[in-house]
Amino acid sequence: MSTTPSCADEALIAEVAELIVSALNLENPASSIAADAPLFGDGLGLDSIDILEVALVVSKRYGFSLRADNTDNLKIFSSLRSLADYIAAHRVS
Amino acid sequence: MPLAAHAKALRPIRSHVSLLPLLAHLHPEAIVARRGDDAITLRRFLADIARVVAVLPDCRHMLNLCADRYHFAVGLAANMVTGRISLLPSTHTPETLRQMAAFAPDCQILSDGGEADAHRYPLPVTAFPTLSTAAEAVTGERDVPRLAPAQHIAWVFTSGSTGVPQPHRKCWGRLAISTHATAAALGLDPTRPATFVGTVPPQHMFGFESTVLLSWLTGGAFDAGRPFYPADIAATLAHAPAPVVLVTTPFHLRTVLDEGIPLPTIDRVISATAPLPVELAHRAEAGFGAPLFEIYGSTETGQIATRRSATTPTWTLTRDVQLTVSAGKYWISGEQIDAPTPLGDLIEIVDARHFSLRGRNEDLINIAGKRTSLDYLNRQLCAIPGVRDGAFHLPAAERDGHVTRLAAFVVAPDIHEAHLRAALRERIDAAFMPRPLIYRDSLPRNATGKLPRASCEALLAAHYQARGKARHARSRSLTLAADHPACVGHFPGRPIVPGVVLLDRAARALAAESGLQEPCWRVGSVKFIRAIKPGVDVQLEWQAPGANGAIAFSLSDGAGVIASGSLNPATGAA
Repeated sequence: MSTTPSCADEALIAEVAELIVSALNLENPASSIAADAPLFGDGLGLDSIDILEVALVVSKRYGFSLRADNTDNLKIFSSLRSLADYIAAHRVS
Repeated sequence: MPLAAHAKALRPIRSHVSLLPLLAHLHPEAIVARRGDDAITLRRFLADIARVVAVLPDCRHMLNLCADRYHFAVGLAANMVTGRISLLPSTHTPETLRQMAAFAPDCQILSDGGEADAHRYPLPVTAFPTLSTAAEAVTGERDVPRLAPAQHIAWVFTSGSTGVPQPHRKCWGRLAISTHATAAALGLDPTRPATFVGTVPPQHMFGFESTVLLSWLTGGAFDAGRPFYPADIAATLAHAPAPVVLVTTPFHLRTVLDEGIPLPTIDRVISATAPLPVELAHRAEAGFGAPLFEIYGSTETGQIATRRSATTPTWTLTRDVQLTVSAGKYWISGEQIDAPTPLGDLIEIVDARHFSLRGRNEDLINIAGKRTSLDYLNRQLCAIPGVRDGAFHLPAAERDGHVTRLAAFVVAPDIHEAHLRAALRERIDAAFMPRPLIYRDSLPRNATGKLPRASCEALLAAHYQARGKARHARSRSLTLAADHPACVGHFPGRPIVPGVVLLDRAARALAAESGLQEPCWRVGSVKFIRAIKPGVDVQLEWQAPGANGAIAFSLSDGAGVIASGSLNPATGAA
């Protein structure tokens, strides 16, 4: 890839949705995860355990480690789109 | 249970013990906590306690929800010096907060969550005040507060088996005895105060004892934050002045070690909340160049035993604790405990100071260090209007080092799953949310109304089998041979499978699965998301043909989707 987009395209969003479903062995299909709905709490219902599991898979797949720098730990995971945007901005592969 | 019911006669603390200091730090410039490069001195800590005391509302019980560990510690200290009692429930769901309000109707919340928090809770909220700066703290209180050993400082709650949290009284003297004994067991050097970095919240009994109390009473400092991602944990440890102690859980340890990032050498790793696999203990000791100690304890007893997990499976009681057998139960007693307390775990006594764990009581649940009981969860589930019957189940299958989630079976024909999940989330911690939540027409309860484990396992197996069948009908695996001639030559020494080969294999497999004879495929759309190496197994999944006959498909491997698109098995010439 020659350029690094700072905004995720639809393909990356779909790919990250698949990643979440497979990492967490979720029952619902990846296509059912709305890009802008919250991933934790009332949305998909993920918790901090899931988020660390997904963070680990993301780091293996895209070659970078997630950082929150002690601000809002869960902000990156506020929605599928925000996670995909974060990946688009930080991925090295 | 109302407060009055707990005014039972308690074992008196030794009478010759006089007032005990809040913390061991002596010099006003001693460091109590750190936030990044900011080192917070005893002088500032005392000034901050005074600021919080000034804003505390007129009530006896406080629920300290401050997320920042330093804010929490200042709030706790402010409660202690004013004779207030902190409530420490195991979770903060709306239902739990209502239960806290029922337990102590005067209870109010101390929060550092800003404006948004003021209306989030069913209890009045006091905002954590602005902290003092180093310059502002020059004048003011200089004496470390001292408390009577018998002063009741907290109610800590377990989820109990009745659906109502069970309170356990904590007084300062016993907490101090327990903390000093743990520090000795961990071999913390009193002449070299440590920096404690915790991945666990200070409200949780383990985090409360092993970050706040341990650093207070050993003259150390704790990191005010709670690093979350592995890279944040590694960076915080690397930044903290030596000697550094990491206070964490098996789950966090595994994610930090699996991330494969460089880890700093530290002084100690402390793990609790769930048994640590010995292999993980070895990896942690190698990764951090430090001894790892597991702490064994419970909300009722506090911390009572430790072990160096890489070298022994046997637990050593801390110095003030006794373990005895009576009436078929194992009892913990000692100066740090109000009254002899039975252990929830099944154990085997090795000798007077040592024991080994043999398993947990089947009703007790521990998900990533969060504890509850099946009874408690079942009562919460069945209390939701519209639920006719329901039961949680802890599946037997465990993935090594991974967190096993609960399953639940429910009879609730009139409630949609999303609605039921939302209602459940109000009542139970997110860690206990069921996956899967399985709807049934009825539950196969036996003659005594019980739902045996074996029945639950059978229900779960049937569910997975049905799901697997549904999947199997539209999924199969393909092996992309490493010696396919098209694979070499794309990149020297790093062959990849060309997209056209992937598409060809998908089309052939779809033709075979659909019973089509030499179809003339039209490509509706196709997206190649990621290159893969030859010789790997990929999973082909597809949907039933759409109205125009097109079949949507995807190819994926363990890491996710490789390609997706749609193919139309058009007849006739293309």
